[in-house]
Amino acid sequence: MNTSRTDPRPIMRASLLLAILVIAFARFSPAIAGPVKEGDSFPDLKAVKLEGALPDLAGKVVIVDFFASWCGPCKDSFPVMQELHEKFEAKGLVILAVNLDKKAEDMKSFLAAHPVTFPVVRDGTSTLVKQVQIATMPSSFILDKTGKVRFVHRGFKGEKTREEYLKQIAELLN
Amino acid sequence: MKKPARLCLLLAATGFLTGCQHVEPWERRTLADYTMRADRDPLTIANREHMWFSREAASGGRGVGGGGCGCN
Repeated sequence: MNTSRTDPRPIMRASLLLAILVIAFARFSPAIAGPVKEGDSFPDLKAVKLEGALPDLAGKVVIVDFFASWCGPCKDSFPVMQELHEKFEAKGLVILAVNLDKKAEDMKSFLAAHPVTFPVVRDGTSTLVKQVQIATMPSSFILDKTGKVRFVHRGFKGEKTREEYLKQIAELLN
Repeated sequence: MKKPARLCLLLAATGFLTGCQHVEPWERRTLADYTMRADRDPLTIANREHMWFSREAASGGRGVGGGGCGCN
């Protein structure tokens, strides 16, 4: 058979499809699973290997706060998180900070400079954060007593975010 | 193989050559470093602003501050 007479259309079609697939995969692969949003169930924290002890979260309103030592707004958010912890811990709020530093020493030096009394765990392998797909640093998720995500905070915008936290926590605790 | 088909295959293959890398928000430690900031040296900025103003009779428009961590 003379190859020069082969119909080129199937090859062209296949090539085009391949190109579209390659480009689509490169562009959208990180978003295939999709970020966790309001109304979703938060991933089971016990199923993820996190460094540090997990507090008892059953029947509690929980703030899961993702932070890293290199993130400026995370430093600003920690005093507010501590304030919320002191104010609402007795009423049933648990703040769980999830550190995303690759090195544990970075987290330790951050916590030495910004001491807090709420539990901090480390997701050094980024397993949890890959499931959650946060959009920016810091990001926090407020879960209701059933473990459903009710509010998502992307970034920390000072007093504005603080007031939103106060309002949302009061709503979920009552 | 005919020329158009060969061209299409070549175009499809170039998709594999892209060097784009999506850096996730939690992987931006290096980008968030102080040395990545465009405004890290106030003296250099002042000099550049002065030259820019002298040449163009205009100032500002240097973009937003901050590094590449994408925080907030």
